[in-house]
Amino acid sequence: MEEKALPIVITGHIDHGKSTLIGRLLYDTGILKEDRYQEITASSSLLGKETEFAFVLDALEEEREKGITIDTTQIYFQTPKRKYVIIDAPGHKEFLRNMITGASYADAAVLIIDSNEGIMEQTKRHGYLLSMVGIKDICVLINKMDLVGYSKDIYDRVVAGMKDFFGNLSLRPRFYIPISALKGNNVAKRDPSITWYEGPCLFEALDELEFKTFEERPFRFPVQDVYRIGNEKIVAGRIESGEVAVGETVYLLSKGLRVKIKEIRKFLEDNIKTASYGESIGLIVEGANGIKRGDILSGDNNVRTVKDFDANLFWFYGEYNKGDKIQIKCTTQESYCSLSITEKFDPATMDKKKEGLHHLEIGEIAKAKIKLRKKIAIDTFSYIPEMGRFILEKNGIPVGGGIIV
Amino acid sequence: MDHLDALENKSIYIIREAYYRFKNIAMLWSVGKDSTTLLWLIRKAFFGKIPFPIIHIDTSYKFPDMYEFRDRLAREWNFPLIVGRNEEKLAAGMSPSSGMKLECCTELKTNALKQVIDKYKFKAIFLGIRRDEHGIRAKERYFSPRDDQFQWNYENQPAEIWDQYKSYLDKEEHYRVHPILHFTELDIWKYIQREKLPIIHLYLAKEGKRYRSIGCVPCCSPIESSATTIEDMINEVAASKTSERAGRAQDKENIYTMQKLRALGYM
Repeated sequence: MEEKALPIVITGHIDHGKSTLIGRLLYDTGILKEDRYQEITASSSLLGKETEFAFVLDALEEEREKGITIDTTQIYFQTPKRKYVIIDAPGHKEFLRNMITGASYADAAVLIIDSNEGIMEQTKRHGYLLSMVGIKDICVLINKMDLVGYSKDIYDRVVAGMKDFFGNLSLRPRFYIPISALKGNNVAKRDPSITWYEGPCLFEALDELEFKTFEERPFRFPVQDVYRIGNEKIVAGRIESGEVAVGETVYLLSKGLRVKIKEIRKFLEDNIKTASYGESIGLIVEGANGIKRGDILSGDNNVRTVKDFDANLFWFYGEYNKGDKIQIKCTTQESYCSLSITEKFDPATMDKKKEGLHHLEIGEIAKAKIKLRKKIAIDTFSYIPEMGRFILEKNGIPVGGGIIV
Repeated sequence: MDHLDALENKSIYIIREAYYRFKNIAMLWSVGKDSTTLLWLIRKAFFGKIPFPIIHIDTSYKFPDMYEFRDRLAREWNFPLIVGRNEEKLAAGMSPSSGMKLECCTELKTNALKQVIDKYKFKAIFLGIRRDEHGIRAKERYFSPRDDQFQWNYENQPAEIWDQYKSYLDKEEHYRVHPILHFTELDIWKYIQREKLPIIHLYLAKEGKRYRSIGCVPCCSPIESSATTIEDMINEVAASKTSERAGRAQDKENIYTMQKLRALGYM
């Protein structure tokens, strides 16, 4: 079996059944270890509840007492086909930062909707954000079908609503599955009693979801640090795109220079000729002094080195008010910056606003021009995601993120 | 790039980020398999030359083999070692057998670590914890801020996306950094096997028993096992029906002990 686990984030509105679903899935597939199950049963009875599957993931005392997920959690499981990391994300607006933290680790997503309650604010916010952070593959679950008598009409209505919502976004859900996480219908195996539904159960649908793919792009190497060891200066960092070979000449963007890659270094490995995407390496570089963190080595000269650029922002913590001191972090580059917002909206309503642009709240999306105090090197998110995304900090706390368009 | 390479490259990136942010940093080494793996990754991150001290918190109740292993590795891998002991409580006879396991952990681990951090003014500590160890650990961030009382504010953790880690430091704060959070128990054994890392032989079965998790002698019980090689162990862990820390007294006593220990600042 492939050792690499597909990371999947489970999203949706509060109380639509995310944690319960995962607990059920693990229990039905025998992944839940016996001692954990007993701990959960004991913890549930302490709170006067039947065995609460949500406790598999909601491990914090407060989460169990209040019956909500506060923070994102990861759990490992496998089907006969492959391994998974299931990431549970909170459905509460206040904890949107934790949902985004979870989503940023994921390659694919599940969006769960309570059939009885229908499409709610967080359903839309989560759906929109998944699309924005670059998730390509998504499976929508219509949950709690037992509460609506397994009604096809209700299922159809929710599906139509979601198709309408996703119509404007780049994301196209692959499956719409009617389930009951509580009863286990269509979770680990197909439920033939839902006669009008002929698609896969969740378990089968997960096996169809795919890892994010990446395209061959030019070499990008944001410098993380420079170590002086003996008489040598080793330029440390991770290749965020493309590959590099010893003997090549690359651009040192901040200085407008070309430098030569003399050696590629890793501990206890000799004579490395090439290195590629994702590798944390050291470089011995010829032709420039004073290379430092935040410099970018690039295989081509087409990177935009700019003091301002257009971006789509999402805000997930506290508030933004014009004049706030905001810091941007993009790869290992950092700068203070200011935002000029040209449009904003909340995906819960999709109501685009041209006024009140001096202010942002949790859950809001904005189009903005970012003006930086010093130049940074960027690509668009669609060209090289690693070089086209950033986070914003206020008073040292991450408050928002964005993608470069 | 294979699975273990991907895990390793991610860990090295995090280690280098933390070292850039916090020069006054150290690593907490329990001499167990996870933190020994982390120590190895730190050697790799800095091309063999570890640029900060390694802390071992000695409760005095560790297995004798652990002390021998610790001193041997410190010599062979050539790093500065700090041994932290809560001498006052040890002199007063603190032990887990006095029926106060939580208090014993608090004094001999948490407070011993606090004393070391206070003495050396460390601003960040590397720890070898993993998400799959426990439900609470699954909620950890790579960079986890702690306040002046060492408390983990688990209800209000910062967002951590796209390899950007909150590292702003209030005067009265320090960070826990977790570079191997994304390894599973199985990954650790496969990595140890591939890298040919030294491990304490308590992990390997002798007379039908071995330790899956090691710490203080009175609080660890061995499991039934015939795994005498790392290869055997990989097969055993892959097939296991109980979680790794099931043999640890600490977790069984109270459902939320782990959360409390973490909130108090213990690992």
